[in-house]
Amino acid sequence: MTADARADEENNMLEIKGLKVKLEDEDKQILKGVDLTVGAGKVHAIMGPNGSGKSTLSYVLSGRDGYEVTEGSATLGGEDLLELEAEERAALGLFLAFQYPVEIPGVGNMTFLRTAVNAQRKARGEEEMSAADFLKVIRAKAKTLKIDADMLKRPVNVGFSGGEKKRNEILQMAMLEPKMCILDETDSGLDVDAMKLVSEGVNALRDAGRGFLVITHYQRLLDHIKPDVVHIMADGRIVKTGGPELALEVENNGYADILAEMA
Amino acid sequence: MGFLQQKQEATAALLDGISVPAGAVWITAIRDAAMARVIENGLPHRRDEYWKYTRPDTLTAQDVIPAAPFEHGEAPMFDDIDRLKVVFVDGIFDADQSDDLEGEGLTIECLSDIVNKDIHWAKELYGQLEANGQTPVQRPLAALNTALAEDGIIIRVTGQVSRPISFFYKHEDENSDAILHHVIKLEEGASLTLLENGPAAARFNKVLEVYVADKAAFNHVRAQGRDHERRAATHIFGRLGTESSFKSFTLTVNGVLTRNECVLELTGDDAIAHVAGACVGDGDFHHDDTVFVTHDAVACESRQVFKKVLRNGATGVFQGKILVKPGAQKTDGYQISQSLLLDEDSQFLAKPELEIYADDVACSHGSTSGAIDEDGLFYLRARGVPKDIATDLMTLAFLAEAVEEIENEALADCILTRLEGWLERRRG
Ligand SMILES: Nc1ncnc2c1ncn2[C@@H]1O[C@H](COP(=O)(O)OP(=O)(O)OP(=O)(O)O)[C@@H](O)[C@H]1O
Ligand SMILES: [Mg+2]
Repeated sequence: MTADARADEENNMLEIKGLKVKLEDEDKQILKGVDLTVGAGKVHAIMGPNGSGKSTLSYVLSGRDGYEVTEGSATLGGEDLLELEAEERAALGLFLAFQYPVEIPGVGNMTFLRTAVNAQRKARGEEEMSAADFLKVIRAKAKTLKIDADMLKRPVNVGFSGGEKKRNEILQMAMLEPKMCILDETDSGLDVDAMKLVSEGVNALRDAGRGFLVITHYQRLLDHIKPDVVHIMADGRIVKTGGPELALEVENNGYADILAEMA
Repeated sequence: MGFLQQKQEATAALLDGISVPAGAVWITAIRDAAMARVIENGLPHRRDEYWKYTRPDTLTAQDVIPAAPFEHGEAPMFDDIDRLKVVFVDGIFDADQSDDLEGEGLTIECLSDIVNKDIHWAKELYGQLEANGQTPVQRPLAALNTALAEDGIIIRVTGQVSRPISFFYKHEDENSDAILHHVIKLEEGASLTLLENGPAAARFNKVLEVYVADKAAFNHVRAQGRDHERRAATHIFGRLGTESSFKSFTLTVNGVLTRNECVLELTGDDAIAHVAGACVGDGDFHHDDTVFVTHDAVACESRQVFKKVLRNGATGVFQGKILVKPGAQKTDGYQISQSLLLDEDSQFLAKPELEIYADDVACSHGSTSGAIDEDGLFYLRARGVPKDIATDLMTLAFLAEAVEEIENEALADCILTRLEGWLERRRG
């Protein structure tokens, strides 16, 4: 391992230890002790039945209100994520591609993204990107994702089709160049071609440094984005971890066998 | 003693010793008639249905509550716009600070000059829309204005005037109690843009009457002054002829009390009337938009778009009515009033109304009140946008629908800049 790679390794590692989370307003435990480490440059997939807590994990990591961490920790590059505001986590390099991207009427997609890029740069003490540079970069990236100029001008996600919303998430990811990307069911709602496009987008970002946590129900996405590790989440815990073959097993047999094995 | 009688007595006591200003016979007749309306109906009382949400007492009281002029140190609104500037200081026309009152395609005069002329075109028009606008709902403060106003601007537009006229209301005396009455008449095919800005006075009672003849177009953009303690009751009365258009936008930033009434009558077929407003209030702020649009002709379109952002206990009021008279077929009426409450102490009180006596019409109205969308806020923050900036982005987006009613981009930019400034100053 080179020195650079080792630095990335330390910087970009996502470490979750014994994470227990309940709802703030309700006495409902959702995550019941999650342990997970995603190393730099690695792709981890999480599969698991509906309601097992996958999205909750992604929200808790990215700083959404409404949850209470009762135990455990989560760090990115050694920094305690749980202590930070959502925007600070983003500036640190955490990115969540939402399962359900939010529509924001009246806020232009382009304005939004430029504000986000520059806010992150500012938070990291970097120079802001000029309007001209930004335009050049976003146009090029939008083109590879087959996002037309019109979509960039429209209000964020308003009136976008399901697939367009997902592609817009990937565009944001490409613009923000995060260290650690969590993709929550980015494949759902995508047609076959869009799935390929999005996967290529992800693979293009998959250089040595960047880690990915890909939440999906389908093996299909993992054909395009080859995972290093596959986890199965059930009832708020990671119940099984394996290689890519685990995804195939789920695809063929469902979760019954795995869950039975655990019981 | 009945409620009306009580009001009449209180009003008579309040106006005791006050008489209408001197002038030519015609204006005296108009002023006397207006004064009679005030005494007969009484000044607004908080038990009046039409004043249910806004307390009128400080607007009607004999004494003015002092209001300090606000030194914001910024260039006045519209300063970069090429315009014919008419300046008032504490409600008094200031010739020295104003441009020459002349322009191509129009005549422009001071009310104080025409009231001494025996013959003037405004004779038939002054106070007429105000008088007409007293039914079905009384507007005694406007009648009081007609009776007592000594200053104002009287404009007759005969051509398409591209350079806007702007009324700039300076406020210097913290005890000023200003009354202004303007009349604008647009002849057939004429067009004019009117800009208004400035706080005007500690207390300001203003009436603007606009006659829009067939195929004429009136555009109006106003920014009410930022003095925190100022109080204002304003009325716009408009009458629209065939294929004419009337578009008015108002921005209100600060001001402890504002009541803006807009009373429009569409009397010619295919006329268009748009009224919009954006207001942002922080703390001791009460803002009331009361709009009454009457459709009395065929195939007219009206739009009311009002947006209010309220925080720290500010109050917003909207009373909006669309009245479609018998025979006003193919009416297209739209009304929306929305508030964004940035905290739980602020409130929005709305009374949207439709009253329709024709069968072939399309009218819709909606009123909403809500907090900032938490999901949207989180989405922006998850992309790295700090909470205060994300909130501002969403707040501006909320106001955008009203600001977009301004067709002229340079004017819309003036308004947006002011709104952005307001938000920026409130960031932590
Ligand atoms: N705010 C909330 N209020 C009530 N229940 C909640 C809330 N958030 C999550 N839950 C519950 O927590 C559990 C986990 O939800 P989560 O969305 O994390 O599941 P998931 O694994 O992402 O499911 P899916 O595969 O369907 O997307 C579910 O039972 C869900 O109903
Ligand atoms: Mg989910």
